Amino acid sequence: MTEEILRVRGLRKRFPGVVALDGVDFDLRPGEVHVLLGENGAGKSTLIKMLSGAYHPDEGQIFVDGREAAIRTAEDAQRHGVATIYQEFNLVPQLTVAENLMLGRPPRRFGIVDKKAMYRHARELLDRVGVDADPRAPLESLGIARMQMVEIAKALGLRARVLIMDEPTAVLTTSEVERLFAIVRQLKRQGVAIVFITHHLEEIAQIGDRVTVLRDGASVAEVPADTPEDELVRLMVGRSIEQQYPRERSTQGAPLLEVRNLTREGVFEDVSFEVRAGEVVGLAGLVGAGRTEVVRAIFGADPYDSGEVLVDGRPLPRGKVTAAMEAGLGLVPEDRKGQGLVLGASIRENLGLVTMRRATKAGFVDRAGQAKAAARVAEQLGVRMSGLGQEVRTLSGGNQQKVVIGKWLLADAKVLILDEPTRGIDVGAKVEIYQLINSLTAGGHAVLMISSDLPEVLGMSDRVLVMARGRLTGELSAAEATQDSVMALAVGELEETA
Amino acid sequence: MTTGTLRLRKGSAVLSENGSLLGLVVLVVALTLLSGDFLTVTNLLNVGVQAAVTAILAFGQTYVIITSGIDLSVGAVAALSAVVLAWTATSHGMAWPLATGFALIVGIACGLVNGVLITYGKLPPFIATLAMQGVARGLGLVISQGSPIALPDSVSHLGDTIGSYLPVPVIVMLVMGVITAVVLNRTYSGRAMYAIGGNEEAARLSGIKVTRQKLITYALAGGFAAVAGIVLASRLASAQPQAAAGYELDAIAAVVIGGASLSGGKGKALGTFVGALILAVLRNGLNLLSVSAFWQQVVIGVVIALAVLLDTLRRRQAR
Repeated sequence: MTEEILRVRGLRKRFPGVVALDGVDFDLRPGEVHVLLGENGAGKSTLIKMLSGAYHPDEGQIFVDGREAAIRTAEDAQRHGVATIYQEFNLVPQLTVAENLMLGRPPRRFGIVDKKAMYRHARELLDRVGVDADPRAPLESLGIARMQMVEIAKALGLRARVLIMDEPTAVLTTSEVERLFAIVRQLKRQGVAIVFITHHLEEIAQIGDRVTVLRDGASVAEVPADTPEDELVRLMVGRSIEQQYPRERSTQGAPLLEVRNLTREGVFEDVSFEVRAGEVVGLAGLVGAGRTEVVRAIFGADPYDSGEVLVDGRPLPRGKVTAAMEAGLGLVPEDRKGQGLVLGASIRENLGLVTMRRATKAGFVDRAGQAKAAARVAEQLGVRMSGLGQEVRTLSGGNQQKVVIGKWLLADAKVLILDEPTRGIDVGAKVEIYQLINSLTAGGHAVLMISSDLPEVLGMSDRVLVMARGRLTGELSAAEATQDSVMALAVGELEETA
Repeated sequence: MTTGTLRLRKGSAVLSENGSLLGLVVLVVALTLLSGDFLTVTNLLNVGVQAAVTAILAFGQTYVIITSGIDLSVGAVAALSAVVLAWTATSHGMAWPLATGFALIVGIACGLVNGVLITYGKLPPFIATLAMQGVARGLGLVISQGSPIALPDSVSHLGDTIGSYLPVPVIVMLVMGVITAVVLNRTYSGRAMYAIGGNEEAARLSGIKVTRQKLITYALAGGFAAVAGIVLASRLASAQPQAAAGYELDAIAAVVIGGASLSGGKGKALGTFVGALILAVLRNGLNLLSVSAFWQQVVIGVVIALAVLLDTLRRRQAR
């Protein structure tokens, strides 16, 4: 067995009001992929922030190469060869790929940036991760998958021996995940040790060697990566989850949302479908197929060129969010933090955002009533919090998502559009959101759900629509929809035109 | 959670929310010890009068800063409104309530133009209000032909005292402060300002009409600037086109000392009030201690930096 490169013993960290880490043991060997598994709020983020110098432990030790190391700043982490790839990249979109790769330490001759050397060095780094990108291209022209590769290449340029990857696959499509895994395997062969965080259990056996499970801030188990998934889930949540997709079909009523020939030049074309009361319609497709753009247009957040949107039989004016809301539409956007929440505001404020207009008389908001309603919905959704006044920023992803959904529950939206509702949230919270979808449709509401998580689409939808390249390429009933049939429709047109 | 940590949390929350208040208390205690003239009714009312114009401008600025904007035009708009008041009341013989109303409308209109440039014109607030600063200052000079216009007696009474001791500017300041607190805490527009400043896109997708609310925000700032201008002119008994130059920066400083964040979503009327008082008490105290006007500027600069620095440190500690 090889010498451990990193070892963590008894880490503890308290924040005001919460114990974030409560005794974490963890070790890492060169050339292995060690998966960190746990529900949101279990302490994964806190742990990696300590390894990268963003937080300091209250108790416990970190050893690098067998010697105790004090990682107090990002520079300390860098010196010890620890690099972290966060979900939000530490890159500057406006700069070129090469400039990003050598951010803050460009090669210089006589104090002037030596561009030739910079591009040459950038090329070497890009080749090491096998990504085909022009070092002179602006980073923002790259797309998220290749940006991630650039981030990895940048870490290698800093001579990283420990690479921490925080949910790297959350933003990638299936084929992009394959490419990422190929790179990870290559890095393993080069002796790089990798800490890998993912919520996709099926990825663990594919890429991992060992798994450390965190629960409530403590490491509860260290198991081999080929441990069965249901055993992993049991370790993670401390109980077994009976059914991952508890969809209960409800009786369907009249169409609540009708979309006719919706077109926005160059973005989506001739999209028509309907969603009935009591129905969950899944909208599947590859990232970039135009799904988010379509639902944003339906909701009035973006304009469209032609076509029609009807709610409950009545047409909606174009590009008017307030009109869509009044008609009974609600949108839970894909970018929870960027579009769904006011992160610096309290849970109470966020829950009341949509209903605030209705709770206003003569310009004055009925704040007591708002607070009461917020308390009721937070209770109903089981938001885990220290109180309604807690800043939403400090909630875990799953609880944040409950708040976004909660504001539409308060508004009693008849048609709820969920864009990637469970992205980046843990198994337990996912099931809670599915149960919420069930109770909504049981109450006669309609749900349109975009998801890139195919098992979720198949497990929860009564009907599946598939989009590719801005067009609807197919509609499948729950019985017809399988991984293969959906994927065929999702990539079909791409292959034809390629 | 144990009661101990809960108490600790509450204690630090009170401190972090009222850090500027603590600073003010320290300042007052220090000045009382250093100068026998400081803690007298006359002097304190004097401080109030000195704080009034800045505080009223700062209340208006608070709305804007909460939406993560900035308004550099408030000083110039105050001067323009005052000039308009004097001009309509003297040259055109308008009755003073009418002239005052007209001056208010001018201030609100300037704010609305700012709002239109920022929302429909998509100009950054810094640029739009910088342009308005030039335009308003220039228009004031044009109307007054560059020289002060004396106010009719009826108007300059506004700078007087009630019952020979309570100065009207202080009352106006308190009223504007209460209005600001009510607007921010209780009204739809106030709550919308916090949401817009915290996350504009989330606010829009939650059905808040961002454009309309921003227009209201800048119109309020303009209206408050007009009130400040009228108070200033009535104190001086004349409207001076060059008055209140640079006051917008004092106003911004007061808001920031009061705990608001320039990145938006945070800020309170009470904080702004305390911020304005800190600036006024500091100036007053330095005068009492016979510190030269040159050094006063240095001290005030250092205090602004310190106040915000302490706030940042407190927040970092909470992390």
